[in-house]
Amino acid sequence: MSTPLTAAAKTPTTPAAGSGKGTPRLRTPSKKHTPGRPKRSVLLTVLTGLMLLYTVVPLIWLVISATKTQEGLADSSGLWFADDFALWSNISDTFTYNDGIFTRWLLNTLLYVVLGAGGATFLAILGGYALAKFDFPGKRGVFATVIGAVAVPGTALAVPTFLMFSKMGLTDTPWAVILPSLVSPFGLYLMWVFATEAIPTELLEAARVDGASEARTFFQVALPLLAPGIVTVLLFTTVATWNNYFLPLIMLKDPDWYPLTLGLSAWNSQAETIGGDVIFNLVITGSLLTIVPLIAAFLLLQKYWQSGLAAGSVKE
Amino acid sequence: MRKTTSRLMRGIAVLSVLALGATACGGSDDSAGSEPVSGDDITAALEKGGTIKVWAWEPTLKTVAADFEKKYPKVKVELVAERSGDKHYTALTNAISAEKGVPDVAQVEYFALSQYALTKGLTDLAPYGADKLKDKYTPGPWNAVSEGDAVYGLPMDSGPMAMFYNKTIFDKHKIAVPTTWDEYVDAARKLQKADPKVFIANDAGDAGFTTSMLWQAGSRPYKVDGTNVKVDFSDAGAKKYTDTWQPLIDEKLLAPITGWTDDWYKGLGDGTIATLTTGAWMPANFVTGVPQASGDWRAAPMPAWTKGDKASAENGGSSLTLPELGENEELAYAFVEYANSGAGVQSRIKEGAFPATKAELESSEFQNTEFEYFGGQKANEIFAESAANVSDDWSYLPFQQYANSIFNDTVGKAYVSNTKLSEGLKSWQDASVKYGKEQGFTVE
Repeated sequence: MSTPLTAAAKTPTTPAAGSGKGTPRLRTPSKKHTPGRPKRSVLLTVLTGLMLLYTVVPLIWLVISATKTQEGLADSSGLWFADDFALWSNISDTFTYNDGIFTRWLLNTLLYVVLGAGGATFLAILGGYALAKFDFPGKRGVFATVIGAVAVPGTALAVPTFLMFSKMGLTDTPWAVILPSLVSPFGLYLMWVFATEAIPTELLEAARVDGASEARTFFQVALPLLAPGIVTVLLFTTVATWNNYFLPLIMLKDPDWYPLTLGLSAWNSQAETIGGDVIFNLVITGSLLTIVPLIAAFLLLQKYWQSGLAAGSVKE
Repeated sequence: MRKTTSRLMRGIAVLSVLALGATACGGSDDSAGSEPVSGDDITAALEKGGTIKVWAWEPTLKTVAADFEKKYPKVKVELVAERSGDKHYTALTNAISAEKGVPDVAQVEYFALSQYALTKGLTDLAPYGADKLKDKYTPGPWNAVSEGDAVYGLPMDSGPMAMFYNKTIFDKHKIAVPTTWDEYVDAARKLQKADPKVFIANDAGDAGFTTSMLWQAGSRPYKVDGTNVKVDFSDAGAKKYTDTWQPLIDEKLLAPITGWTDDWYKGLGDGTIATLTTGAWMPANFVTGVPQASGDWRAAPMPAWTKGDKASAENGGSSLTLPELGENEELAYAFVEYANSGAGVQSRIKEGAFPATKAELESSEFQNTEFEYFGGQKANEIFAESAANVSDDWSYLPFQQYANSIFNDTVGKAYVSNTKLSEGLKSWQDASVKYGKEQGFTVE
């Protein structure tokens, strides 16, 4: 997570004590190393380099391996290309294997992300805004609940949720994946903090005095100010839903409703069965195709993402 | 034949038991009883048509389903093949517990069959005429699907054991291919001496393999009579096995590679693993999983415990069953019979499945098939002979699936610590007995 650091470092911080007369100077900022250009540290560079390797090598492995046939995968070293370059045939095989079930899984994942992550973000915005800008009895109770909920991993709730859904007859339907995804305590908390900082209460008061309804105040005044935070929460929930494995694993039986994560795992386990078709090459290519949209989303929304995370870190 | 039972899966197994508790009150058993179902009933159902849901991962069933639909145009077969092994059983158990979404036909491996049969989860197929098919099948698989007069499934494939060996490696180091287990241990030492990178086999603890070895050695650790169960790993056969296998572990002659992983496929391809003793269904996995070693491998009879002894065992294999809560019984049975006894058998053999039917195993066409992967060897001759030499008095536990899931916590210790194999088997026995009692079995 080097992004927030860079973002924070780029934010111009005025050397507050710089010009004050008689103020004790704890550290004199030399001209060479202004806060914008901090002194280089060998140790930090090496550590960051290691971190870079640690995160990038698996990705390189994935890209290189996706160019290999099943035969090439076993024959060649993981970090260099095999003799055959089979990326294109792997991609087309991935989409055509088993009557193109991969496309179906891709669409399922998109459905879960659009409804689940989109819904979670929408709910987080509404809740966060209300908690930040309205006073009502029980606010502290809500705060405690949300903070507590952030600490509970979703996996721990999967089993009770399954039992509940099975009584309601919702298992094995897309709702079983979408409904639990709608709740994002962390998103709510983030929106809350963000809304507190980003929307001046005076602005809302001004809007009210001018006669805007609460709905109009929210949609036309507050919402544009919240945009960076919304993108941040949207990215968080999208990643969580896109990569969700355990919840669909226990909820879904029908492979037609599988998301990509479950589908790829099913392909992978084909190698573990008698007479099973061993398709590690398609599992790898499928994995690569699965992460491409996420990477694209991050790169495209990077600008918002950074300002969103840095919000509230600097008092202006 | 699934090897990996992760803790996660076990967690899900517990979950399904919970779900059972939550929905058990609605249970009612209103099945038709054992009224015979005539062939006319089945023909009428086929003419009327309908849709059957089939949960089976056996890849050759895809063609069978298409052929079946062609033959009976009014019948539609919905084949769900994405789940296998543990995931499949979890889904099946959950569906049965929830009494919702139960498939009409389900693939069940032999080792797990009695578990479902005993919990009244499967329809007895004898009233449909399945009992008359007994002589069509080899003894091992038939013994697995039948219990007294009841027949809980039709055998789909079988896994008479053979030893696959990498001929190139044995030739290179001029080591004779072992025919007895003593020679096998000897060859293991020689191979390691010649090239420390070569292991005679991979074994990191595998319940299916160990039980098959015990089966061949004449050990009968499980005795099952209804809900009376006996578990005992202390007979002479078990001792024969542990005495032979212990030195292989002690001298580190086995590659610590878990079966069915990518490491395993790699090891089979690059010469790290020199032999593989397993079921006769393996060639299909060799062809798709280890294409780079085509021509290196050959098949041989499973090593014997005493020279000249032909006793063999089964490893893996599965049947098609009709879960009791499924619907369209007549259509479902017609499909199962078509796939495992009728025309489906031939088309499945063509695609690499290993049959459980005598006629096909003994046919000259089958026996004369030359395996290009094995350098043109007529490997089916070896497999068919093995199938005929499987003793049919073996039984698995009615909770074998659970027992296999705790194998690595008990016997598996022998592979990674100073625990002896025999001690490991003893603690496996104790844990199985304990679980059986908890489940309401009378266990000795």
